[in-house]
Amino acid sequence: METSPQVSIRQRGDQLTVSVGGVWKMGAPLPSQAQEALAAVRTGGIRGGLLRCEALSAWDSSLLVFLVQLIRAAQERGMDMRRELPHGLERLVQLAFAVPAKQGASRTVRQQGLVAALGASVLALPGKLEGFTAFVGDVALAVLRFLTGRSQMRRQDLLAAMYECGVLSLPIISLTSLLFGLILAFVGAVQLTQFGAQIYVAGLVGIGMLRVMGAVMVGVVMSGRVGASFAALIGTMQVNEEVDALSTLGISPIDFLVLPRMLALTLMVPVLTLYADLMGILGGFLVGVVMLDLSALEYLNATVRMVSFSHGIIGLSYAVVFGVIIALSGCYQGICCGRSAQAVGKATTTAVVHGIVGIIVATAIITILCNVLKV
Amino acid sequence: MTTPAPAVTPAAAPRISVRNLTVGYGSYVLMRDVSFDVALDDVFLIMGGSGCGKSTLLRVLMGLKEPQAGQIFYGETDFWACTPRERRQLMQRTGVLFQGGALWSSMTLAENVGLPLQQYTRLSPADIREQASLKLALAGLAGFEDYYPSEISGGMRKRAGLARALALDPEILFLDEPSAGLDPVSSRLLDDLILELRDALGTTFVIVSHELASIFTVASNSIFLDARTRRVTAAGDPSLLVRDPHTEEQARLFLTRGAPAPSAASAAETTRNTV
Repeated sequence: METSPQVSIRQRGDQLTVSVGGVWKMGAPLPSQAQEALAAVRTGGIRGGLLRCEALSAWDSSLLVFLVQLIRAAQERGMDMRRELPHGLERLVQLAFAVPAKQGASRTVRQQGLVAALGASVLALPGKLEGFTAFVGDVALAVLRFLTGRSQMRRQDLLAAMYECGVLSLPIISLTSLLFGLILAFVGAVQLTQFGAQIYVAGLVGIGMLRVMGAVMVGVVMSGRVGASFAALIGTMQVNEEVDALSTLGISPIDFLVLPRMLALTLMVPVLTLYADLMGILGGFLVGVVMLDLSALEYLNATVRMVSFSHGIIGLSYAVVFGVIIALSGCYQGICCGRSAQAVGKATTTAVVHGIVGIIVATAIITILCNVLKV
Repeated sequence: MTTPAPAVTPAAAPRISVRNLTVGYGSYVLMRDVSFDVALDDVFLIMGGSGCGKSTLLRVLMGLKEPQAGQIFYGETDFWACTPRERRQLMQRTGVLFQGGALWSSMTLAENVGLPLQQYTRLSPADIREQASLKLALAGLAGFEDYYPSEISGGMRKRAGLARALALDPEILFLDEPSAGLDPVSSRLLDDLILELRDALGTTFVIVSHELASIFTVASNSIFLDARTRRVTAAGDPSLLVRDPHTEEQARLFLTRGAPAPSAASAAETTRNTV
């Protein structure tokens, strides 16, 4: 008994008879006659035909695919193809042709040129900007409602968000800013020891951390830690219709979901920045005392002498802006997230990328502003 | 429309009136010129094949999506002509059961049911808890107050969603495929609950459903949306529609699970018997 698919072709005048037999299992190579049969039907010169089975012992959809190809090719050439197939096979073939393919349903991939793609993304910009501006406006109104005591925000949600952003971020902030202070001190020390000016490492680390690096450090870490989690959380709620459930109860998702997270980040990022500043200075202190042979008191005195209060204030103003940026990008991506698992992933990534880019751009702008204002 | 309006016209003003509604996304129109009235004591079914826009129509009715044209009146109020705040106030008088329940996953069942009460009433936390327990018990979930949505089965989540929709004793309840995913017995119990709530609390129901058994049990009025013509092609009580020989073909196929059309004589026979 044959264990492979068999096809035999017999042509008499303009009549073609195709017989299939043997065992048809998916993955088994088709005999060359299969291609010949298709070619015979496609090239024409044949008016009618017969499809039949001969010693067919087992089959699966590989046979069905072959038969459907053959019948479709015959239909396209307007041939009359009679069939003498076992009942089950015949039923499946009929089913395959029962519902005609919907016109316009199949998608053709359109190749887009570079210029066209660039143009399309530029044209999409105003819409995106409009959406984001509307969101910022909604959040501003929500803050106004909060200040006038008409907000639908629950205090417990605010506290939970503050706990998540603040307390739970302490370990990672401690580690990153301590190491960052160390690195800053090392890099400075290499240059400054050449002039015997190691003591200025204290000023470099103190001013650097307080004025900008502490805030940037916290901003980047929080963007990855918290911005992403906001986007994923709100995005998943969007997928599960939980956001719709809030809306249908007349509860504003902005008040209920965005506002507590926004307020929590705006409050906690400056607090964490202060903490990060201290940890960074501690890192610099360790390098100064252990590596540069400065005495502890000397290092601390130099820090206090060179660092002024205004550096700290400037650092905190960076931090407030970063908090707002992280919250806005995280929550916005969550709120306008699509309704699939893939969309949640995309929202999360976009939230982090936008958050970090926003932080760097804001740093540049504030630094230039401070320079212009001479503070 | 191929069928006459239902014979009994309600004396009171309808709870919801929809006039010439057009629903779609961007330039794509899903449904045009949809008009119907939902009476105070109606259990109103929105029927139609897959992809015909039932769920989208429901989203427009419950205020999640703006229609492209037409009006929706809740009582005398034109819903989409209101300010957002007025709309939110109107929405507080409705309850919604979403297809998957849509419970807030960070809250327990009692908190889920209690949130609307916490937002809109001055009840004490103890009273809110009491109310939440009652609503959960009505939905057959007594004792599950402190479970999180992820800890219960899909059918239970659906019932908890119903309990939450009932929290504020709404005038109108929107149910999106309430019996999908429920076993036959639970589905039957849900149908009974719907009828009891309507009789006891006077709640109006607007339901999107596919389950024929449930449709014939609860519906007092319905519309059938046809995906091909993008219009309402049949309206009225489904149990009358299915026997009416004048019912449009697609609607009749839907209601009879695709059974062949009765011959004219036997159709006339059936009508004589039912009249």
